[in-house]
Amino acid sequence: MTDTTPHRTAISSDAGQPGGRLARWWDSDIAWSFRRSPVTVVAAFVVVVMSLAALFAPWIAPYDPFDPGTLNLMDGFTPPMQENQFTGNVFWLGTDDQGRDIFSAILYGSRISLFVGVSAVLFAMTLGVTLGLIAGYVGGWIDTLIMRIADVQLSFPSILIALLVFGIARGFIPPAYRADMAIWVLIVSIGLSDWVQYARTVRGATLVERGKDYVQAARLIGIPSGLIMLRHVLPNVLGPVLVIATIGLALAIITEATLSFLGVGVPPTQPSLGTLIRIGQGFLFSGEWWIILFPSIALLLLALAVNLLGDWLRDALNPKLR
Amino acid sequence: MLAFIIRRLFQAVIVMLAVALVSFSLFRYVGDPVATMLGQEATVADREALRERLGLNDPIPAQFGRFVVNAAQGEFGISYRLQQPVLELIMERLPATLELALVSGILAFVFGVVLGIYTALRRDGVLSNIIMTTSLVGVSLPTFLIGVLLIWVFAVELQWLPSFGRGEVVEIGGWTTGFLTANGLQSLVLPAITLGLYQMTLIMRLVRAEMLEVLRTDYIRFARARGLTDRAINFGHALKNTMVPVITITGLQLGSIIAFAIITETVFQWPGVGFLFINSIQFVDVPVMAAYLIFIALVFVTINLVVDVLYFVVDPRLRVERPARGQ
Repeated sequence: MTDTTPHRTAISSDAGQPGGRLARWWDSDIAWSFRRSPVTVVAAFVVVVMSLAALFAPWIAPYDPFDPGTLNLMDGFTPPMQENQFTGNVFWLGTDDQGRDIFSAILYGSRISLFVGVSAVLFAMTLGVTLGLIAGYVGGWIDTLIMRIADVQLSFPSILIALLVFGIARGFIPPAYRADMAIWVLIVSIGLSDWVQYARTVRGATLVERGKDYVQAARLIGIPSGLIMLRHVLPNVLGPVLVIATIGLALAIITEATLSFLGVGVPPTQPSLGTLIRIGQGFLFSGEWWIILFPSIALLLLALAVNLLGDWLRDALNPKLR
Repeated sequence: MLAFIIRRLFQAVIVMLAVALVSFSLFRYVGDPVATMLGQEATVADREALRERLGLNDPIPAQFGRFVVNAAQGEFGISYRLQQPVLELIMERLPATLELALVSGILAFVFGVVLGIYTALRRDGVLSNIIMTTSLVGVSLPTFLIGVLLIWVFAVELQWLPSFGRGEVVEIGGWTTGFLTANGLQSLVLPAITLGLYQMTLIMRLVRAEMLEVLRTDYIRFARARGLTDRAINFGHALKNTMVPVITITGLQLGSIIAFAIITETVFQWPGVGFLFINSIQFVDVPVMAAYLIFIALVFVTINLVVDVLYFVVDPRLRVERPARGQ
């Protein structure tokens, strides 16, 4: 244990300097490559603003789109930035057929989209990393079994897996609970469709780490395998996982939107961005373009920004590209 | 080679059995089949008689065995929602899906290869940069948004093309085709573009990357040194080697096209198998869901098997590996 001491003192002496941790982070390689790329800065800004807006939607949104008491049917089909001809109300992004404010609906919708996306990624990550660690560290027939399943699943498109799992799970849930459980079923289906990437990456990294001296040393002093995987191997294989998780978030958001658009995702009582687009499609033919346009833009902005962040993270964490 | 094929075949059978097991448990445990079939007035004796007749009192493995035998013969029972045999429903809709998949597959392949070659040969051209940037947008747009966008522009605003359905179809020996009527062909345009766009960008990027890789190799440099024309080098030498991975990937993408058809068919109300599946999920129509599950698994397992075997046939390097090691 003495060999870690110099490293630790180095950190603590650094932290003692004026400015401390924040300044040190500002000087780090990652922060430097972040500052150098304007696209990434904009993408990060978009992600932060949209996440905050989603998180604080109940306080920011001018209307509560789910409270029928505040809806006025006379407000229906108000075009954006125009006065309603009956009530005189003005809505930034217009209203839908029920007089629901589109801007508020988007805020609440991105809340659902982000919640499902983040939860699905966390689920996929936990599952994938666990299976990858076990496969890589334990090896043998367990490794063969896990990786065979991964190979088979990889030959199917992930959206198809999500759809099939969702359909099957929906079948097994008693009808009375279907609406309440839908969002959790959705999270599990999207998570199950996307764990393979994590498992393969972590397994590969674990195979490399397993042969290194520090793992051998930990084994020799009798630390149980589970603890070695968790405490010693895991922290060393997490870098690539972070990159996959970021890109996976964009994918999860789009998958959720697609499923909800197809009418098999979140229940209509909790519309996500995909549901809003589904609703808006019906009004495309009668000329109310704003009902579908703004939710689509919000979805695209969110997915694109997260994707760009993921791309940047991949390049920044890859020393070969520096 | 034979050992490899047998091993792959064995794996394919295992996957199909696993899918069949999921499909079987859907049938067996979702709802009560007896209650669904008899209604509320049936007596206990009636129920027992039906249970016995349907074989629901047999041991589970025996029921599963029977299910597999029935499934292999295409026997999936009757749709809860449409009250028609499932096999009939799928067969009715299969031509719509296959025609759509075929047309968008061809579109994707032809445009993908042509644009890929162009962007590889004119690497720094203005048009190449425009194509590459546009393709990036194409990849990040979700399929359903592309469909909605196309409907908005070409069906609602310009009113050039129909926005839903297959148009008029002609029936030839049980196969309905939209290829023979003007209306049917027009209806095909927007869905085919929607479905093919993503695959096209994928193929284009692949062709470009492979082509650039091949153009850097020694034998191309040697061909240039020999003074061959650009045309002979690019299309005679480089393109041939580019196409091997491209064809295998395109083959693998065939399954994706049929899977992504679910989305496109729903956007355009296209009367195909995918649309049927989405409806069956919404209404928890178990027989249709179970049958689609097996159908799509069969499609993917077959495609993967064929592509894996083709690798051996097409790429001689894989075949000589074993004897070379033995020497």
